[in-house]
Amino acid sequence: MEVLFKSVKELISIAESENKAISEIMIEQEMLLSRRSREEIIAQMDASLVVMEEAIEKGLKGVQSTSGLTGGDAVLLQQYMEKGNTLSGNLLLDAVSKAVATNEVNAAMGTICATPTAGAAGIVPGTLFAVKSKLNPTREQMINYLFTTGAFGFVVANNASISGAAGGCQAETGSAASMAAAAIVEMAGGTPQQSAEAFSIVMKNMLGLVCDPVAGLVEVPCVKRNAMGAAKALVGADMALAGVVSRIPTDEVIEAMHRIGQTMPSALRETAKGGLAATPTGKRLEAEIFGTKVAND
Amino acid sequence: MKFRSVFDIIGPVMIGPSSSHTAGAARIGRVARTLFGRQPKWAKVYLYGSFAETYKGHGTDVAIIGGLMDYDTFDERIKTAFEDAAKIGFTYEFIPEEEEMDHPNTAKIVIGDEESVMELTGISIGGGKMEVVELNGFPLRLSGNYPALLVVHQDRAGLIASVANALAKREVNIAHMEVGRKEKGEMALMVIEVDQLIDDDIIGELRALPHITQVSTIAD
Repeated sequence: MEVLFKSVKELISIAESENKAISEIMIEQEMLLSRRSREEIIAQMDASLVVMEEAIEKGLKGVQSTSGLTGGDAVLLQQYMEKGNTLSGNLLLDAVSKAVATNEVNAAMGTICATPTAGAAGIVPGTLFAVKSKLNPTREQMINYLFTTGAFGFVVANNASISGAAGGCQAETGSAASMAAAAIVEMAGGTPQQSAEAFSIVMKNMLGLVCDPVAGLVEVPCVKRNAMGAAKALVGADMALAGVVSRIPTDEVIEAMHRIGQTMPSALRETAKGGLAATPTGKRLEAEIFGTKVAND
Repeated sequence: MKFRSVFDIIGPVMIGPSSSHTAGAARIGRVARTLFGRQPKWAKVYLYGSFAETYKGHGTDVAIIGGLMDYDTFDERIKTAFEDAAKIGFTYEFIPEEEEMDHPNTAKIVIGDEESVMELTGISIGGGKMEVVELNGFPLRLSGNYPALLVVHQDRAGLIASVANALAKREVNIAHMEVGRKEKGEMALMVIEVDQLIDDDIIGELRALPHITQVSTIAD
C-alpha cells in the first residue's frame, strides 16, 4: 500500500519541501490510508489525550499494583518538588513524575494509552504534560505532539520493532523517549530536522537496553525506565534545539537498534529469565508473588 | 508495512499492563470469539515463548478469557474476566508449552460448545497488534504487509465474486487473495489482503451477504 514516508529521511524531506510540520504529514498519511476525515482522526487522538491526562491524574493521587512492587513514587516526586530544592529542575522532574504516574496506573491494571506500548506508556504523556506548563500549547498543538511521536514511531515499528519480546527495552522505552524528544522539539519551535536529531541523540543512548522484568511483571524496572526515558527525552530535545546534531543519520540509528534487538539473547527479551529478573532478589520477589519455590542456584 | 495507522503507535487505549501480552492477547481472544460466532462453553489455551513464561504477571490469561467473552482492550471487565467466566459457566485451561514457535508471543486457542470446536493460532506482534496465523488447521499465509480479512463461508458458486464486488463498490482494492476449503460444498475460507484500512462498515456489509458464516479482520 502507498504511504507518504517509509523512513525518517523521507518524512523530513516532505516536511521541508512542503513547509509543513511532521505532525501534519502524519495526519495527511492517516487520511490517505484510512479514508477517514481529518476531523475523525483528530477526534480519535483527542480521545487518547483525555485517557493520558486521566491516567496521570490518577497516578499523581497514588496507586498500588496488585503485586505491591510499584506505586506511590509519582506522589513522592511531586512532594519533593514542592519543597523547591530539586537539583535537576522542576520541569524535568515533573515529566519524570508524570511518566511514573502513568506507568504506575498501567501496572495497577488501570486504563492507559499505549505509546507505543503499555510498558513504555509513561514517557510520551509524561513529557507532554510537563512541557505544557512551560510552552502553553493549544489543545491542537498537544494533539499534534502525539501525531509527531506517531510519525517517528511508525518508522520504527515498520523498520525495526516496538516490542520488548522482539527487540528488548530499547524498542519500547527507547522508541518512546526518542519519539517524545522529536515531538518536544516541534512544540518548542524547532525544525523537522532538529526533531530527527533529537530522536537520534536519545535513541543512541537507549541502544542495547534489555527487557528483564522481575517476575515478568511490567513493574520492575519498567516504571523507572519510563522515568529516565522522560528525562532523556527532555535533555535530547534541548541538545537538538541548541544545534547539536547526530553524526549517525536517524534511519541508521533505527537500523542499529533493530540489529541489536535481533542479536539480543532470548533471556533478555521479556522472558523474565535474565538481567534484573534473574538476580537473587528478582527471583525471591517472583517466588513471593506467585507463591512458588525459589530454585537452589 | 505491518503498522499502518498512527493509532497502531499511539494506541490502543487499553487496560494495563502490557500492550503485547494484555491488549494483543485480548484481541486474539476476541477474534477467536468473533469467528466462533457465539460464546464458547470451554477453552483450552496453549501459550508459547514469552507468553508461556510471563502470562500470569501480564494478565495474558484474563485478557484472553476476556477477549473470548467479547471484551475489547479497554474494557474494565478484563480485570474480572475469570469471575465473569465462572458466572456464565465458561470453563478454561491454560497450558504453557516449551516448544519454540516462529514468533515469541504465540497463543493457540481451542474453543467449543456442544455444536462445534474451533482452533485458532494468533501472534501478538507488539504495541497491541495481532495476526491470526492458523485457523482450524488452515495456515493463513499473510504477507503481513496489508490489512487482512478472513471470510468463513459455505462453498458455493459465485460467492467469491459477490465478496469481490462488495469490496469493489467501496473502492477497496484487493492486494492478495487465497481461497481454501476442506470438502466440496462445505466450509471454506477466504483470506483477503487489501490496500485500505478495514472499517466496521465493510465487515458489516460482507456479513450481510448470503452463505457467509463469519467475517473478521485477522491482521489489523
